[in-house]
Amino acid sequence: MKKSLLLKGVRPYGEGEPIDLLIRDGVIAEGTDPEAEVIEGNGAVLLPGFVDLHTHLREPGREDTETIETGSKAAALGGYTAVFAMANTDPVADNAVIVEHVARRGQEVGLVDVHPVGAVTVGLKGEKLAELGTMANSKANVRVFSDDGHCVHDPLIMRRALEYSKALNAVIAQHAEEPRLTVGAQAHEGENASRLGLQGWPAAAEESIVARDCILAKQVDARLHVCHVSTTGTADVLKWAKARGTKVSAEVTPHHLILTDDRLSTYDPVNKVNPPLRTQSDVDALRQALADGTIDCVATDHAPHAIQDKDCEWSAARPGMLGLQTALGIVVETMVRTGLLDWRGVARVMSEKPAEIAGLTDQGRPIAVGEPANLVLVDPDASWTVNGAQLASIAGNTPFEGMELPAAVTATILRGRVTALAGRIAE
Amino acid sequence: MKHLLSTDGLDRDQAIAILDTADRLKQALLGREVRKLPTLRGRTVITMFYENSTRTRVSFEIAGKWMSADVINVSSSGSSVSKGESLRDTALTLQAAGADCVIVRHPASGAAHRLAGWLKHTSTSVVNAGDGMHEHPTQALLDAATLRDRLGSLDGRRVAIVGDVLHSRVARSNVHLLTTLGAEVTLVAPPTLLPTGVEKWPVTVSHEIDSELASQDAVMLLRVQAERMTGGFFPSSREYSIAYGLNERRLKLLPEHAVVLHPGPMLRGMEIASVVADSPQAAITEQVRNGVHVRMAVLYHLLAHEEETP
Repeated sequence: MKKSLLLKGVRPYGEGEPIDLLIRDGVIAEGTDPEAEVIEGNGAVLLPGFVDLHTHLREPGREDTETIETGSKAAALGGYTAVFAMANTDPVADNAVIVEHVARRGQEVGLVDVHPVGAVTVGLKGEKLAELGTMANSKANVRVFSDDGHCVHDPLIMRRALEYSKALNAVIAQHAEEPRLTVGAQAHEGENASRLGLQGWPAAAEESIVARDCILAKQVDARLHVCHVSTTGTADVLKWAKARGTKVSAEVTPHHLILTDDRLSTYDPVNKVNPPLRTQSDVDALRQALADGTIDCVATDHAPHAIQDKDCEWSAARPGMLGLQTALGIVVETMVRTGLLDWRGVARVMSEKPAEIAGLTDQGRPIAVGEPANLVLVDPDASWTVNGAQLASIAGNTPFEGMELPAAVTATILRGRVTALAGRIAE
Repeated sequence: MKHLLSTDGLDRDQAIAILDTADRLKQALLGREVRKLPTLRGRTVITMFYENSTRTRVSFEIAGKWMSADVINVSSSGSSVSKGESLRDTALTLQAAGADCVIVRHPASGAAHRLAGWLKHTSTSVVNAGDGMHEHPTQALLDAATLRDRLGSLDGRRVAIVGDVLHSRVARSNVHLLTTLGAEVTLVAPPTLLPTGVEKWPVTVSHEIDSELASQDAVMLLRVQAERMTGGFFPSSREYSIAYGLNERRLKLLPEHAVVLHPGPMLRGMEIASVVADSPQAAITEQVRNGVHVRMAVLYHLLAHEEETP
């Protein structure tokens, strides 16, 4: 029989006195077991395993920057027990063959549940719906569809995608970027980009699409998820839409919670990301919106890029940054240390809400007897310095290089099996 | 000073030192049969132009040659750049080959800053000869030199910059330098051609040219680039010319001493009427002439040893 696991001296949700928690057959169990493998918690915070709705694992196509294996390691080390692998691979995950391949590779690696996201349109071109039903009914069981990286900008295609997804019990995750308003866009349209001569990416390009899509989703009574919210105005639109009963959810990235367009002045493309880094007042508004539930969850938009695609002039660089291993530290820094969220709030935005949005029934569950043991143990008092070369991803460039972040993942547990322990992948 | 990347951050003393050196170099060359100073003998200056340019490249080349530097021109076509070499590798290659100074023109804003970063641990200097929509510092310096020639000091002088400020590196460099030198700058353009946040710049903004002209000591016209004419920034070139072009009638609204500048290349009949371009108030050829002296001065400040005076 498989050994059970005993978490000694852990504090679920960071509340109350430390307790011991037994895990048997992948499920949280009652009592204790003298034979169990022991993890000493030393009072660490126990949370449901994190769920990332927005991860770029780059396989197939750019295995020089990340693979499902290295990305899974980064996820486990970051405290994740489930990730959603975006569809903008090469070839695009717009058919059952690719999504099944990604799901199967995820299972083979076995460090985190890898759920492929299917493309909304064929080739992410925004012209023709991909076979959403076939992907949903495939072994990959796709429930989240997104053209992320591209906006489903045609309002009729978007309407049809929203409507069609209702029968599949799926959600359309929109990368909100009005393409005509962002031709050649390089950075947040504001004082910094103006001074530096970088073509602006206006807030209105995001907000106008989010407003349109909320109205469409309400009209057809379908579910919409808004990827990487980056502006104050988008938060305002979401608040309005939710108030009138729209089935809309939204995510914010860790980098939009901490970095601003003040980073532009070095022209270092490690800070280039889409949507772009905004202003401090946007950062403040996003933190507030995450705290009050206007924005439902944190998603990393983990997007590894090769060094030659970053160590170049700004306009030639690709947008995107690593996120899986720095997400927790940034959420603690920006949301917990500021008093905006307690640990129950962290569980909500990093695990429970994203699981609910994606329709996962075995993730983001309460820490209670009989529940699947998808858990993360966090040392809230630790601090560590980001060193891109030591992160598990193949690509090592990160805007957080040298930054000191609070809190560290002590252990990640996937269905009772330890996947990461003390900063190492468990063998 | 190791690099000249922008006029943003160039302080008043540095700017005046460069302009004074340019004046001295101009005097030193005056009436010489052989226009050659030995100051930069043995130094290697490489121009790297990733965009088409006549006046700036030629001006830098002449500046280097008149200072006796060895000047080598590299363009993106006909070099390994056209084979896909990165800017970084090209820069490191030129540095390794012995460049004391790399002069770069590039369509990407910030390219010169990146270059300076990659060459941080070397002694190679970088001069920004125009990067995207960001800056063109030597253009601003030669404009300032021209205005000093015509007007004396720039303190308290009023300069209007008219046209496509949004996309203009010349405008950005001039706003910084002119205000550093004490001038008051007015930007005149339709709202579509003004950058976001311009209200926080140390300038006055106007959408109407006629009412501004009487109080100006100088007017600087910016070229309207062809691609803007079809980009929806204004309805037609005719309407632009009517609303913002410096024509003969508007020339008469300017004070008599006022100077008309244009960084070139000019579109006669568009932003500037032919008769205005050829009027005595226009200083357009002086700008080109001063360009050589200013660039000599820049090379001198970056490359010459302390003991070598021009």
